[in-house]
Amino acid sequence: MKPFSYERPATTAEAIEAAARPGARVIAGGTNLLDLMKLGIEAPAHVVDINRIGLDRIEDTPEGGLRIGALVRNADLAADMRVRRHYPVLTRALVSGASGQLRNKATVAGNLMQRTRCPYFYNTDMPCNKRRPGSGCSAIGGLTHNLAVLGTSEACIATNPSDMCVALRALDAGVEVEGTGSAKRTIPMAEFHRLPGDTPHIETALQPGELITAVVLPAPLGGTQVYRKVRDRASYAFANVSLALVAHREAGAVVVDRLAFGGLALKPWRVEAGERGPRDADAIADIVLAGAKPTPDNAYKLPLARRVLAAALEQVE
Amino acid sequence: MADDGPAVEKVRVSFSVNGSALTLELDPRVTLASALREHLGLTGTKIGCDQGQCGACTVLVNGRRINSCLSLAVMHEGDEITTIEGLGTPESLHPLQVAFVEHDGFQCGYCTPGQILSTLAVLEEMKAGVPSHVTDSLDGPIPFTDEEIRERMAGNLCRCAAYPNIVAAIRDYAGGKP
Repeated sequence: MKPFSYERPATTAEAIEAAARPGARVIAGGTNLLDLMKLGIEAPAHVVDINRIGLDRIEDTPEGGLRIGALVRNADLAADMRVRRHYPVLTRALVSGASGQLRNKATVAGNLMQRTRCPYFYNTDMPCNKRRPGSGCSAIGGLTHNLAVLGTSEACIATNPSDMCVALRALDAGVEVEGTGSAKRTIPMAEFHRLPGDTPHIETALQPGELITAVVLPAPLGGTQVYRKVRDRASYAFANVSLALVAHREAGAVVVDRLAFGGLALKPWRVEAGERGPRDADAIADIVLAGAKPTPDNAYKLPLARRVLAAALEQVE
Repeated sequence: MADDGPAVEKVRVSFSVNGSALTLELDPRVTLASALREHLGLTGTKIGCDQGQCGACTVLVNGRRINSCLSLAVMHEGDEITTIEGLGTPESLHPLQVAFVEHDGFQCGYCTPGQILSTLAVLEEMKAGVPSHVTDSLDGPIPFTDEEIRERMAGNLCRCAAYPNIVAAIRDYAGGKP
């Protein structure tokens, strides 16, 4: 690990100011950042520990939703009775990710900001446009078993590893951020994560100097909520394909209210045109998965996504 | 830990370990796992992967299990930390340690401290009704099944694959109910 100076601010305003210093990185749970620092992939000159600034509560909003503080731990968010009852897709997504130990430490904001687990991003002996812009993408033509099939570019075919974000995308969550001078704005989940394009090193809509303060869930949608995840082993692994589904039945037929896939792209993959209509799984998949560019090693994800969707639709009551 | 730069300004941190309050002056790069092992001599906490994947370094912080290798020691100001040394001694084992011995819940033993601390937290989580990936109902009590134990212990790897005996030890200790 490269040497760094360490600071423990007591308030959000202090944290924002500290994080604006050159070379500074914010640490919360640290479950991803410290791993990357040990490998030299992240090498901040200054580490700002925000674990003592509050932002650790889940509050009801006047609109009937929830405002989840940025530092609420993944385990606490999953266990919150309001989330379990009214946003079960979020609880299911959270408990399908990582391990009990990691969920106790990882925060909502840290989950939003976690980096890809592309093996070439992690291998500092190989070029990676995320690590070193312009150096090339080793994944293209390399091992692609769990890399992206949608929204890829010539510069990057990495996937976003988060389960939580897939549920947040389906729920149309908003990400509240605050910058220097108390400037606040809300970034819709649809815009929070960026597709790689020719700048895969720019991963989110968060601007330099901005700190995530909360995630806001709109009022509950009701319906049947499903999170299904397929992975290489039964537990504690990243998704090959996952999906967050909110749906209900009208005159016996399933109507999809929300559908987002994980494991397919560098952001939760949601195509709203595939929602609402009275369609079967294949018709929905034809719309949502259109334009996929799989490799021979990850082409399995496309039929798998169809089957996971078909199975999830059968769960709708 | 690589020392590849100029001297680093040390940071003072105070926390308690197994009930004893203490203060350390640490390079901020020192992980909680390394602080316990190398600065406090508590080598019961093991470092396996040093990446948060194996669970050998599991300790309890304020009663909750975490991977101590993925946490900086200086982040633990004011925390109460429990390690395997805080549970039992060779002369007076914790009942869960007895169960692991009786059921042969290990071979090399390297992962065992983490398995035991994780188990204690798992049983508290189940008692509190916290759902897991394999829990059917998000609203009811958690059934005490091998499936629940296995899922909740997924963050503790055992390279000797003593899993059936670990599950048996946990089941025996918990008396069939959380």
